[in-house]
This record gives sequence, structure tokens and C-alpha cells, in this order.
Amino acid sequence: MMKLCKNKIKVVIFCLTSAALIQLAACGQMVWNNPYRTSDTGKNILYNVFTERPKHLDPVQSYSANEIQFTAQIYQPPLQYHYLKRPFTLMPYTSVEMPVITYYDHHDCPLPDDVDADAIAYTQYEISIKPGIFYQPHPAFATHVQSGWLYHQLNEEALAAVYRLSDFPETGTRELTAHDYAYQIKRLAHPKLHSPIYGLMADYIVGLRDYSNVLRNVQSGFKESGDFLNLNKYPLEGVDVVDDYTYRIKINGKYPQFIYWLAMPFFAPIPWEADLFYSQQGLIEKNITLDWYPVGTGPYMLTENNPNLRMVLEKNPNFHGEFYPEDGMPADYENGLLRDAGKSIPFIDKIVYTREREGIPRWNKFLQGYYDASGIGSDSFDQAVQLVGQGEATVTEAMAEQGIRLETTVAVSTFYIGFNMLDPTVGGTSEKTRVSARKLRQAISIAVDYEEYISIFANGRGLPAHGPIAPGMPGFRHGREGINPVVYDWINNGPQRKSIQVARHLLAEAGYPNGIDQETGVPLVLYFDVTARSAEDRSFLDWMRKQFQKLNIQLVVRSTDYNRFQDKIRKGNAQIFEWGWHADYPDPENFLFLLYGPQRKVGNSSGNAANNAANYDNPVYDQLFEQMKNMDNGPGRQEIIDRMVEILRFDAPWLWGYHPKEYGLYHAWYKNVKPNRISNNNVKYYRIDSDLREQKRREWNEPVLWPLVLAFVIIVINLIPAVAVYRRHESSMGIKKLQPKSS
Amino acid sequence: MLSYIFRRILYAVPILVGVNLLTFTLFFVVNTPDDMARMQLGIKYVTPEAIEKWKVERGYHKPLLFDQAQDGLDKLTHTIFFEKSIAMFAFDFGISDEGRDIGYEIRSRMLPSFAIALPVFVLGLFTYIIFALIMVFFRSTYIDFWGVVLCVALMSISGLFYIIGGQFLVSKLWHLVPISGFSTGLDATKFLILPVIIGVISSAGANTRWYRTIFLEEMGKEYVRTARAKGLPEHLVLFKHVLKNALIPILTGAVVIVPLLFLGSLIVESFFGIPGLGSYTIDAINSQDFAVVRAMVFLGSLLYIVGLILTDISYTLVDPRIRLS
Repeated sequence: MMKLCKNKIKVVIFCLTSAALIQLAACGQMVWNNPYRTSDTGKNILYNVFTERPKHLDPVQSYSANEIQFTAQIYQPPLQYHYLKRPFTLMPYTSVEMPVITYYDHHDCPLPDDVDADAIAYTQYEISIKPGIFYQPHPAFATHVQSGWLYHQLNEEALAAVYRLSDFPETGTRELTAHDYAYQIKRLAHPKLHSPIYGLMADYIVGLRDYSNVLRNVQSGFKESGDFLNLNKYPLEGVDVVDDYTYRIKINGKYPQFIYWLAMPFFAPIPWEADLFYSQQGLIEKNITLDWYPVGTGPYMLTENNPNLRMVLEKNPNFHGEFYPEDGMPADYENGLLRDAGKSIPFIDKIVYTREREGIPRWNKFLQGYYDASGIGSDSFDQAVQLVGQGEATVTEAMAEQGIRLETTVAVSTFYIGFNMLDPTVGGTSEKTRVSARKLRQAISIAVDYEEYISIFANGRGLPAHGPIAPGMPGFRHGREGINPVVYDWINNGPQRKSIQVARHLLAEAGYPNGIDQETGVPLVLYFDVTARSAEDRSFLDWMRKQFQKLNIQLVVRSTDYNRFQDKIRKGNAQIFEWGWHADYPDPENFLFLLYGPQRKVGNSSGNAANNAANYDNPVYDQLFEQMKNMDNGPGRQEIIDRMVEILRFDAPWLWGYHPKEYGLYHAWYKNVKPNRISNNNVKYYRIDSDLREQKRREWNEPVLWPLVLAFVIIVINLIPAVAVYRRHESSMGIKKLQPKSS
Repeated sequence: MLSYIFRRILYAVPILVGVNLLTFTLFFVVNTPDDMARMQLGIKYVTPEAIEKWKVERGYHKPLLFDQAQDGLDKLTHTIFFEKSIAMFAFDFGISDEGRDIGYEIRSRMLPSFAIALPVFVLGLFTYIIFALIMVFFRSTYIDFWGVVLCVALMSISGLFYIIGGQFLVSKLWHLVPISGFSTGLDATKFLILPVIIGVISSAGANTRWYRTIFLEEMGKEYVRTARAKGLPEHLVLFKHVLKNALIPILTGAVVIVPLLFLGSLIVESFFGIPGLGSYTIDAINSQDFAVVRAMVFLGSLLYIVGLILTDISYTLVDPRIRLS
């Protein structure tokens, strides 16, 4: 009976195992490793990735790239950049046309456009917005016919079941008005908010600094910290609402670059209803704030905000509509970027941003088709990119087989090595030592071979810089006109770095023949201040030492943590340091101001943020800068820029470093991509072929089942002798071992 | 026992104060309040005025540990250390430097961490004990020998290798589970399988060998011989007698980490994209968010103390001879 029962159990186990294996085999056509919901399969969704969680989504506070990738899709400033045209061209977004700019003198009389900047007391930007633009559905707008606003005075009972914004059952909307733009400009000075551009804008927007003081006084009079500060009650001198669709901004003097700020979310509209709604203490305590749940008029709205895992944007059903550009650059026609010309945008229904902290899973999920685009880490560079022809980068055969394509663009950034001009050795303290220090800097500029650096450390992704201005910006010179004559010669139709002999000669002229201080006889030692480095960066530092060693200069690396490094730069205690800059807007002023005297870090009396880390101070350069910054692009401005750059190249306060090239990989189903880092509201132009994506995902991710079968077999094979040993052990008699041998 | 537990809780207070002071000192040796403000406000265009405003709003404008300008007790209480610490002892973790409620974040991130840590703990404990007992059963045979070799091999490999290797084989080559990600409800299962298996395997070597040593020590004792002499089958000897008597050292290692399961794993969560407390701590350190770092260290030490008390209590449950007094 017992034996029969055991046999039955074995039969059942065998049947179950067989069934499981058959089931596994039958599932061969299914995709098991899909990280997304099955219900989303085949939908018109863009899958993207982010590595750092955004800190702020309030447009008055948000600034960094990882934040603007969200806010730029949600908020609509009055202007935007043309998606395809280069150089970058501003165009109306919510505004009817480009702002009408009028200059006024101190008697409020209008001045002609070509008036001298000194005569201008203030500049007025008049902006008219399009009617019929509506906000995304939001509970802040929800109303009841009898009781008015539904959620503007929430009590504890109403808040009890609210944990996120979607817990509010009712939503509403209203038309965008000029008042909302004015309201947002006032928010720049809000005492409870930290707008990174407040300091800058307070210098320009008329009355903004005083307005900040007014608001602070009002706020200090509040009985409770949660009281709502209604900015509509307090007028700001520099902002004037003409009617529901027109507003004016007054700028002190002339600041032509202001127009670029009008294309950033800082100047996007905020409805007072949202500000009031989010100011309720009960919502703040539940982390429901404007910083977390944006409200805009743009093509997308944020429907899920879990920055630890996933951010989801969905089409704004109230979006007023826009059309894909009908013109672009000649290459755009060839690249198929105008196939959708004139069509209504946005094309994509939903964007899922998944947080991936590590490069390995991010890269592998891209290869499996679960991310539609990817950057290229140094680990995967050789797997992804090969150089063909004359150093032209293209995808490897393996990538090409998958239909992956490479898009490259030169970032409007610069990575440089700065000399602290206050340092006696590299900056000089007297007229004589300044000349000596300049020659030393010029010699080092020649010795540090950035072509080699780009090849070794950036996988060729960069252009050696000849000055501070990045390619693609007005003022940048190409070809022979654009080379730095201190460091390069023009040979065979290309720049060629001067020989090290020239550098040694300059070094000797500087008073350090063969790297020895001729006055003291002591070898020249210079100090390179860097932030704490990982083991991977040691090779870079070794390389830097070798570059200086070419001149027999000993380079000592002073590594410290980021905070101390910043502190050294602020106090002018660094000697040679690494730094970088990414342009805020496509104007050369945004690069050239980095060497403007009043912007120097040490001894900056204005109290404002300073960005001249090298503490470079040249009165001639400063004068030209002041002249240039107020000019419109054109031959006159180019001439001044050329003179400024020439001064900089001669003085060499930086090793000009390089402008990074950005490489991006895109799957075949990802259309209409023209990467750039200036305009950020590009998702609305993208298109996804979701059928192709689904087909490829199935093709690339068929489950491989033999390892499971193998593992099962190994376990069974190992169990058989173990069971046999156990049975033998249990059936043996221990007493036998005690019996004496018969012999 | 109650008085014992009460006494242990009282002992915990100076320990927590000490840990808090140490965290505070270490943090502010590396970061100043100005550094923290710059990190939160960004580097471009940040004015000294904005930095000062940020510090005042968050109370970082005060002296760190001692305020010379005040009188009497205010010298100590009118400081960042006192004001930031006192609320925490009332479990009010406050607002993070980026303006989010820390308590809310901890509550919402605890479950994803727990969803991985609990199965790893339970499955791991079960697997290691079973394997250790099997090796003891087959002691001095080839199974025991190769078992020990395997354990040493498993111990010798870095934890990161298991993660990268597991993701490469199971997810990339065989396409059996997603490489990374997380979801809620039953949908989370497919994301948890791989990290749980890796979590169990990566600790298998050390733990199995540790339990084998414990069991072997027990096997030589009189009661085992008595049990065998009574004619008990070997599996009953092992599972009923040896396991029970070996529970004290097992509990010493196991119970103490139970409360810490909520805190998650830094590396596993980072590689598998799990939105747990491990990654929360890493993010806070990277962004110099003292409020979060302090809260997480405080929580970690508190849970460790709770774990130790629970271990003591568990001794009394498995061994009636032990009395807590």
C-alpha cells in the first residue's frame, strides 16, 4: 500500500514537471523581460531615461538639465527656438509675434533702434499672446456653480483621502492670460522661493529688487507661515499688463540677451489659482506643491511623479495645437527631418522616463529595445561606434544590424583649464612678472596637447578649442580665421599645434629656461587643483603631468573634495584648475562674460554671482565686452568679438581645452531627431513607429529556456546519488561496525 | 524582562546621541552650510544673498555646536546641532534640504526595500541552513568536500560581480527577467526574482560555512549520540535536535538584522533600479542633504539597537534556561 502511494507521488511529480517544461516551451514566443506594463505594449509611447532625480519642477526655481527636460515639455514661455534652423533662431511660442522692443530715455520718450546704449534709460518688451490657449486639467481650476472654487480652502476632512494630485476627483481649466506671465515674473522675487536667476534679473527688470523687499515685509507680517501671498495685490514696476493678451516688461538700460531668457521656463505663465491652491498648508505637508506637480499649457502634462522610479508625461488634452516646422537647413531635407512638415504635433501620446542610476542596465535595456535612445558611455563606446574614412564616426556593424543610428552634435559648452591670474607665478604681480607669466601660460598652452587628450580620454568626442566661444554660436570663426595663432599654425589646410621647441623658447623667455627658474635656480613647480579623483581619473592626471614634463615643469596635483575646491576658486587660492561652462543661450556674450573683469570671483564688489574663475582682468577687454554685449549680431559685433578673442588668445588665461561632441544612439523607430542642448522642448517633434518597435522587441528578446532545463537536470542528477547515499545510510545498521571480524 | 528591556532602551539614548553627534561632526567637517546651500541652489548665478536666505530658512545660519553670543543654556540650544537633533528624537525627521517631508519619503521607500530584503532574508536563511545540514549529514564525503569548496569559491567573489554577471546571463543573454526596474503589486515579482536570487547566492558561501561549523560543533555533543542510540533516523536527529540546539548562534546573527531589512541595500537598489531607502541614502550623500543623511543614520542605529534587544528576547524563547534580568 505504502509503495503504491509512493509511486503515485512520483507519477504526479513527473507529470507536473513535464507540464511545467511544456508550458515554458510554449511561452517561447512571449517576451519575459519586458520592464513595462503589458497593457502598454504597442502603444505610442516614448521610453526615455533619467539618472538624477529632479529637485525642482517649479519653473521659477528649476534650472538644471535634468529638470528642464520635464519642465520644457509642460510650460510655455512666450518664445521658443526653431527646431531645425541653425544658428539657433528664436520664434514665437505663445506670443503672436516676436516682442516689440522699444527703447526709452529718462523722460520716457521713445528712442530710435540704433540709439547709443548709454542714452537708453530702459527697454520695453511688449508681448502679445495668442488667445484660446488653455491650461491642462488641474484641480486648482475646479469650480462648482454654487460654491465657487472647489479646492481652494481644503479642510482636514477634505484632505484625509488625498495623497497625490490625482486623488482630486474634479479638475478644471481656464484660458491663459497675460496676467499669468506677469504673475510668474513677480514670483522671481517671492521671499519663499529661490530663483537662481533672481540676482541677475534684479539688476535688469525695473523694480524687481524693491519688489522683493516689499514682499518680504508683507510676508513677515503674516500671522501663520502658510498664509497665501497673493502677488496680484502688489504691483511690480517693471511689469505692466495692458490687457488680457498683452503685457510689457521694462528692462534697465539695454540688455539684448534678455530676449533669450524669454524662451526659458523662468518666464512661463503661472496661474494665481495654482499658486493659491498649492499654498495650502495641508497640501504642503503632503508634499503636494508646485515644485512637484507642475501646471502648464504645453503639449504635455506630468501625470506620474515618482522621481525615484518613473516620471510620466502624457499629452495635454487642452493643448492649443502646433505644427511641425515646414522649413529647416538643407541637410534636414536629406535626413528626412521634414517629412512631417506641417503636420499637427505632438506625435507621441505618452513619455515614460525611467530612472536608471547605473550605466550597465541602461545600456543593455537600450540594446533590448526598451529605451528608444541612449548616450554612449566610455565602456560601450567601442561596441557602439567606429571611425571610418577621415575620422568620421559611425555605428558599428552590430549596431547597424539592429537599425541603430548615430546622431552627433557639438555641445555649446567648453571644458577648459584656467590659470588663476592672481597667482604670482602664472598670473604675475607686476608689469614685468605679468609678461613673464603670460609667456609661461602660452608655453603651457602649446605643450598640453588637447588633440591627444580628446583621442585618449574622450574617444574622439570633442573639438580642440581655439577660444572661449563654442562652435554654432554667433561670433565663432571657422577655418583659418578661427585658429589660435599662439598655439597653432595653419598648415595643409588645417590647424597644426606648434612644436614643443616653440613652447620651450617661450618658457625660456618667461625666465624658466629648461624649466629652471633662472633667478633662483630652482626647478619650476606648478600646482593643479582638482576635485577628489577616482582611480579611473589617475590616468588623466598622469597624462597632465607628462604634458608639463615636456617643458621640464613639475606638476603637483592637489586633489580635494568638491566643496573645498569651490572654496579655493572663490578665494583665489587655486593656481591651475579645471572648469567648464554650458551656455544658457546662443549668444557669444554668454561665453565672453566668463572673462569679464567685474565677473571675477575674487574681489567682486557687486555681491552678485561671479563666473570669472580665472580672475582675469583686462580693461581693454572689459571695455570691448561692454560695447559688444549691447550690439546686435552683425559684422560690427563680429569685429569686436574678433578683437576680444585675439586679446584672450594672446593673454592665454585659459588652456582653451575643448568643446565636447555629444553622441546619441537612436533606434530605427525613433524619428525626427535633431539633437541640441539649447532648446529643450523637442519631444513634441519626435515620432515613434511603435509597430516596428514591438516587432523588434519580440525578435530581440525571445526567452532562452535551455538554462532552466539544464539547471533542473543538474539538480536532479545531483539529487540521485545524494538520495541513494541517504537511503543506504538509513538502512544500514550502526551495530555492524562494532562486530569483530570473523578472521 | 520588562525592566531589562526598559533598561536597554535607556542605554540606547546615549548611544543614539553619540551616533547623532558623530554623524553631525563628520558631515560638517566635510560640508559647510554654505556648501549645502550652493549644492541646492546650483552654481550658476547664485548670489551670497540667496545663500544666506537659504541658510536662514533652514536654520543653518546658527553656530554648529556652541553659540558664544547667547547666555546660559541658550549657548547650547541655539545651535544647529540641538535644533536639528531634538525633533528627531521625537521621530519628527522634518523636511529635507530640497523641501520634501523625510518621514513621507521613508514610509514610501521602505516597502520596495523590504520587498527585496525580506525574501532574501527568509529564503537565504532557509537555504543556508538546509545546505549546511546536508553538508553535515554528508560530512567527510565528496559532497561535503565539494560543498566547502563551492562555499569558499562563492565567498571569494565580489558582490558586484554577482549582480553584473546575473544581469548579463539571466537578463541580457537569456531574456528571462527584466534587467532592472520596479513595479507595485504582483507585477513586482518579475523585477524581484533576479535581485532576490543574487542576494541569496552572494551570501551563500559565508553563511552556509558558518552554519555548517555551528552544526558540526553540535554533532559532537552527548545528546546527538543519545538520539542516535535511541534509533532516531538521521534527518530527525539533524532537524529536530541539532537545529534546535544550534538556534542561539543562528539567532544572534539573524534576528539583529531583521529590523534593518527596511533600510535596503545600497548597491542592489542602485543596479536594479529599486526605489528603496538604500538609494535614498546614496542620493542624500551625493546632494549633501544633511537632513536626510542624519535621519537615515539615526534610523539605522535605532533599528540596530532594536535588533539587539529582539535578539536578547529571542534567546529566552528558544532556550528556557535564559532569563533576562
